[in-house]
Amino acid sequence: MIVELGQLTLIIAAVLALAQFVFPIYGAWRNNQSLMAMGSSNAYGQFIFVSIALGILTYSFLVQDFSVAYVAQNSNSDLPIIYRISAVWGAHEGSLLLWVFIINLWTVAVTAVANRESSVLPKVFSARVIAILGLVSFGFLLFVIFTSNPFDRILPAPFDGVDLNPLLQDPGLIIHPPMLYMGYVGFAVAFAFAIAALLGGQINREWVRWARPWTLLAWSFLTFGIALGSWWAYYELGWGGWWFWDPVENASFMPWIVGTALLHAQAVTEKRGSFIGWTLLLSISAFSLSLLGAFLVRSGVVTSVHAFASDPTRGVYILAYLGVIVGGSLALYALRVPKMISGSGFTWFSRESLILINNLLLTVALSMVLLGTLYPIIADAFGMGKISVGPPYFGSLFIVIMAPLVMLIPLAAYSRWKQDKAGRVLGKLLVPLLISIAVTAIVAWVNDDSGLRTLSGVFVGSWVISGSLRYGIERFGKHKRFSLPRSEFAMLLAHIGVGVFVIGVAMVETTSTEKHLAMGPSDSYTIAEYQFTFKGTEHVDGPNFSAERGTFLVTKNGKPVATMHPEKRQYRNNQVMTEAALDPGFTRDLYVSLGDPLDEVGQIWAVRIYEKPFIRWIWLGALMMTFAGLIALSDRRYRGKTARRKEPEPAQPSSSSPLTDGSIS
Amino acid sequence: MKRWLPLIAFAVLALLLGFGLKNAGTKNLIPSPLIDKSAPDFNLPLVGQPEVFVSKADLLGTTYLLNVWGSWCVACRVEHPFMNQLSRSGILPVYGLNWKDEPDEAIAWLKQFGDPYSINMSDYSGRTAIDFGVYGAPESFIIDSRGNVRYKHVGVLNQQIFEREIRPLLATIEGEVSGQ
Repeated sequence: MIVELGQLTLIIAAVLALAQFVFPIYGAWRNNQSLMAMGSSNAYGQFIFVSIALGILTYSFLVQDFSVAYVAQNSNSDLPIIYRISAVWGAHEGSLLLWVFIINLWTVAVTAVANRESSVLPKVFSARVIAILGLVSFGFLLFVIFTSNPFDRILPAPFDGVDLNPLLQDPGLIIHPPMLYMGYVGFAVAFAFAIAALLGGQINREWVRWARPWTLLAWSFLTFGIALGSWWAYYELGWGGWWFWDPVENASFMPWIVGTALLHAQAVTEKRGSFIGWTLLLSISAFSLSLLGAFLVRSGVVTSVHAFASDPTRGVYILAYLGVIVGGSLALYALRVPKMISGSGFTWFSRESLILINNLLLTVALSMVLLGTLYPIIADAFGMGKISVGPPYFGSLFIVIMAPLVMLIPLAAYSRWKQDKAGRVLGKLLVPLLISIAVTAIVAWVNDDSGLRTLSGVFVGSWVISGSLRYGIERFGKHKRFSLPRSEFAMLLAHIGVGVFVIGVAMVETTSTEKHLAMGPSDSYTIAEYQFTFKGTEHVDGPNFSAERGTFLVTKNGKPVATMHPEKRQYRNNQVMTEAALDPGFTRDLYVSLGDPLDEVGQIWAVRIYEKPFIRWIWLGALMMTFAGLIALSDRRYRGKTARRKEPEPAQPSSSSPLTDGSIS
Repeated sequence: MKRWLPLIAFAVLALLLGFGLKNAGTKNLIPSPLIDKSAPDFNLPLVGQPEVFVSKADLLGTTYLLNVWGSWCVACRVEHPFMNQLSRSGILPVYGLNWKDEPDEAIAWLKQFGDPYSINMSDYSGRTAIDFGVYGAPESFIIDSRGNVRYKHVGVLNQQIFEREIRPLLATIEGEVSGQ
């Protein structure tokens, strides 16, 4: 009974979502205050009903109601309770419900902030934003109800469930999807602000200032979500890679690239008034690419590791939805984007021009990833045969595009708005340049087999880090105390994060040691000064699997470093999983995984041993960027007056005038 | 005009996606026009032994699973443990069609992830895969002892799909053979 109630709440939520779109958008057009105000209550109502639906689905998992098809397919009576909760979003239907829930979270946050007394958002503007978010949510609710109902029953109910895909039975995967969706869906807010600005013809720098903290928040979530996914792939898929250029990974990476371009373009528009049309287009694109990602993952047009059980009818629905939302907003953009180039002019060497180059390079990078991801479809469409584009294409092209982008970071951070002299900026960066050359030389000397790729990566990374630090030190000196505006501190932190990331990638990609061995009990092998001794395997039983668990003693120069336990698990549904064992470290990870037993009695095993220098730096860099985004949105110009009363909520549009605020640099 | 460019670009993209979707539809609805027809002829060198050729005729007499794979294919890595398991189980022989792959990389890959293929042919040009109508790797075909294609699966094959679709089919094929 309670499950049928779940269906009912979804239908009520869809009706409320439609109302949340229709009334305020009509009210904004007719300038009818009471109709506009209806958007807020509809949004709160929708949120309540979607939360109930999500709660009911979670409840069905907790009580193991296998008469619900979705529960029966993705749970099992032996499944640990924490994975019963994460199983809620472990497959298509439930993850879509999570998607809807998250757009409701964002909507409620925007609504709450817009309704504050101190809010400077004009009522007409906020009504339109809430209406657009209602439309986005409405489309997804229809999708859930008509093609992907998580509350469908199966009769007769099976005695036990199939089980959650073992790949997903992992702590990293509990929070990876919610974080990723917070990012994807969060771009809907910037999207809604852009559409509201276009609808109202209110295309000035004000709306960018209102949209910017929301964009920062979404971008931070997305950065964190992608990093989590990469970390999960690293330790769970069992072959030691951290990024595979898989279509689904690309689907999350494309909105990130555009989101990054958007953050930079917003900075220009907010501070200088330039690039307004471009910022609008990027705002639309970031969310459109999130939707494209949903299409790629759920329609079955591309073959991927992570794709959901896909179904072309779902693909047709999402494509139609894309047509309405993306096609509609791009048509609106074409009709309404300002003809005049607004804002102040700038010379060829200025912060504006460098950010423009940043945006161009990011756009090229995006086109490259998009083309590579869709290439199998394109080749198919033109009868060019079946070609799959692999990591070699992405890896090499991406470096070519990203290297100049990263090299420009310190220059852009140092240069002034409007106009600057290349000589002045380069002069200040002489010391960082010497430092990075020195660092590269030291690495080359210590590690004499490091190739050109490692060294150029180390050089670029240390150039960004030292250039950013130099700027930070100079600014601290100028202020005489630790009072850098948070937005500037955030910028430095994010850029240093990029440097840390680049160094991590360069070191891992080129200096990792990797061995595939056949090992029997008490065999030992030494790589990169670490001696691995295999102590044999023992049989262990988990809640819903049985496993062979190996023991490896690791020593370095005779001193014990770690005891590692890789496992080979056989889950109840016969799926075999490799659980790698890791010994993480700041400058290196040790990684052991068990392949297959090579003899009848299970004494000798195929074993993979890796030493991965600096791999943690990849995620450390991503974490720094995540925190940088959060710090930036806590900048006082977004908190306005209320911030001085110690308001806990960081993300809200400014309540002070953008032109008089002192923190604009 | 310039302002309409994004919309035009999106329209092209949407057309392309629609096309992809149409194909994805056919790939699920009509598994293969080859079903229950004679498998295309092939004569291919073995991976790692380019001087040894194996033809369709050489493989007659046994029902086998032909797995299309490549070291460049990420999804194949996910599928691979199941292929190893299937091969070990001895239910039926697993043969590989190494599709558009460098033999050296293929060999290294099998060393890393295990080699389930008792016969592993190299389709370097991709010509045989075209004859088989391969949509993308991985793909698996069941070919019976008379050389007819009986089943095709696009994408990652796993235990559930095997139990649901292939095991009953193998029983049918078994029945046909003993009924003769």
